[in-house]
Amino acid sequence: MSILIDKNTRLIVQGITGRDGAFHTQQMIAYGTKVVGGVTPGKAGERVHGVPVFDSVADAVAATRANTSVIYVPAAYAADAIHEAADAGISLIVCITEGLLVRDTLGAFHKVLAMRGEGNPFGRPRLIGPNCPGLITPGQAKVGILPGHIVTPGPIGVVSKSGTLTYEVVKQLTDRGLGQTTCIGIGGDPVIGTDFIDALTLFEADPKTEAIVLMGEIGGNAEEQAAQFIKRHVSKPVVAFVAGQTAPPGKRMGHAGAIISGGTGTAAEKMAAFQAAGVPVARIPSEIPSLISELLARRRARKKNGAAKAKASVARMAPSGAKKPAKGPAKKPVSRAIRPAKKASKKK
Amino acid sequence: MNLHEYQGKELFARHGIPVLPGQVATTPEEARDIAASIGGLVVIKAQVQAGGRGKAGGVKLVHTPDEAYEKARDILALTIKGLPVRKVLVAQAADIAREYYLSIVMDREKKAPLIMFSAEGGVEIEEVARTHPEKIVRRHIGLEGLRPYQARAVFAGAFPDPKQVAQAADILMKLYRTFIEGDCSLAEINPLAVTPEGRVIALDAKVVLDDNADFRHREWETWRDPDEETPGERLARDKGLSYVKLDGDIGCIVNGAGLSMATMDLIKHYGGEPANFLDIGGSSNPEKVTAALRIITTESKVRAILFNIFGGITRCDDVANGIVTSLRESPLAVPLVIRLTGTNEDKARQILSDNGLGATTSMDEAVRMVIARAQEVNA
Repeated sequence: MSILIDKNTRLIVQGITGRDGAFHTQQMIAYGTKVVGGVTPGKAGERVHGVPVFDSVADAVAATRANTSVIYVPAAYAADAIHEAADAGISLIVCITEGLLVRDTLGAFHKVLAMRGEGNPFGRPRLIGPNCPGLITPGQAKVGILPGHIVTPGPIGVVSKSGTLTYEVVKQLTDRGLGQTTCIGIGGDPVIGTDFIDALTLFEADPKTEAIVLMGEIGGNAEEQAAQFIKRHVSKPVVAFVAGQTAPPGKRMGHAGAIISGGTGTAAEKMAAFQAAGVPVARIPSEIPSLISELLARRRARKKNGAAKAKASVARMAPSGAKKPAKGPAKKPVSRAIRPAKKASKKK
Repeated sequence: MNLHEYQGKELFARHGIPVLPGQVATTPEEARDIAASIGGLVVIKAQVQAGGRGKAGGVKLVHTPDEAYEKARDILALTIKGLPVRKVLVAQAADIAREYYLSIVMDREKKAPLIMFSAEGGVEIEEVARTHPEKIVRRHIGLEGLRPYQARAVFAGAFPDPKQVAQAADILMKLYRTFIEGDCSLAEINPLAVTPEGRVIALDAKVVLDDNADFRHREWETWRDPDEETPGERLARDKGLSYVKLDGDIGCIVNGAGLSMATMDLIKHYGGEPANFLDIGGSSNPEKVTAALRIITTESKVRAILFNIFGGITRCDDVANGIVTSLRESPLAVPLVIRLTGTNEDKARQILSDNGLGATTSMDEAVRMVIARAQEVNA
């Protein structure tokens, strides 16, 4: 299993004839993604890497039954591209483009949100991004620009505001044999379509995801909200990381949303919020794999013990089919990284 | 981009928000002439982008042009919160009966513009939010925009005279138009003042623009204050690099904002001090690499430089070519540590080793290495 994209993803590329659009179309096809069409107004009938080009998303959807769209069009037209995809009935809209006006993103965000509410015939659209690397479900589909060679299938869900930092951490996970269900980059803009909480909700519901890596950064309070949400609603182990511990206040650190303003949005506040919610925080990226594998092992041991106990009780009732209860490793404390200030005592 | 007060007031005035007449001066002589042309009581205000200008001695009332000359001279010699004062605003002064706070800010959490109004004007809103959060009126503005009745409702009961409610509502409508048409992420009036005659006016202006909108505002380029930028920051902007100067001595050149921040953090974690944030972005244009090296070597007292590249769209061989070309043109006086991994990593390694350079694959190892090199230089 996975979240949002898989073998059934039928993808169109908005801005397919552009330099980035064409290059990544090739990359996504090479990874095995079903790229069924592309859109560039005025270029219907052309082909890019064998993919048919249409004038509009509506035409592309009618001809190809596409359910997902990825947007590479320039910033000035990207918000319009989101509106067009939503109106054409695309259910997953991934906007890679960087540099959208916040106000343009707002319009697109509220449009998609309203369509999610009103029981529209196409299902409920979702926006990811803008200014994001997209997402990848190892071995199944890749939508966006995440490199395919660093991922491998496995039990970890990865959600991040960043691009290359995500690659860095995902590669370290893969090198340690910790594969992923889906890796999703939600983007570094102040306003984004899918936030940490949305992604956590999806990973929590995905039966194949056993543990989650969350990577945030300075600016806004999405990490604080995610921490609260995890405490209340996420039963799976989560490891957090926050980039920008050395960032000065008032300066934009590359991403439009990565700015400490009015003294809030610091990495220290966010790390403290995670710790207060009982979420272990990696101080540096290379601590993430050890932390997650420890938590994963504990969860599996707990499950095994639970399953063994259940089996044992069944066995007591029907002695003939009894099996030896599995031995689980003893609970070990999370080592190395900053330990949560207080263990999350209650999950509401 | 943050605007100076005088620029913000120009923007306000263009949208019909009442501000008092004034002009910007860079010398005491200019200040005297402006004061003379305005006449009467005049205020001289330091134009630096920092709060607490009054407390720092950057705001003075003067009665005569000669006094304007003196005070302007004093203020132009000040440094406020590390920022040298290079300009003063010379404006007509007003008697103030009461001070309020009014702003519109983009609320990223609620994903809507947010109106904030408080009867506690003249102090920083963050302070009010900490001490008296109940004294701030907050209203989000929907996609359909702001209606006059909603603007009036913001000020219900806040002014002694209904005429002032009407004036304030009119200012709020205009502030909203400024915010939308001007593509602002913050438009703040603090204080919004009521004069003894009952006139409501904007006595200060703080405006932050959404940088992503600069393609549709040609005038923004003229608002950019060259004094607010270091030469390195200017070069970075010209070349499309994200760059922030810090105080440390280890330069870092990284692709991607998140990885750049994480690299800075890691340098600190292993006991070093980062000299900068520098994101060369997704493209692998060798020109960018050259510019990045030039910015770092000219701006900071760097003792060693680290390249941390995770090739995705960025091709490692392009970066390697950029490094080699750049070093050929202007050899580095400080040690260089290169970490490359990802797309075309092998080609990159070959290019580097052909030119007598090595590269590691691990980020942790590279950071520890660059710190060690910097310490050797120190020793």
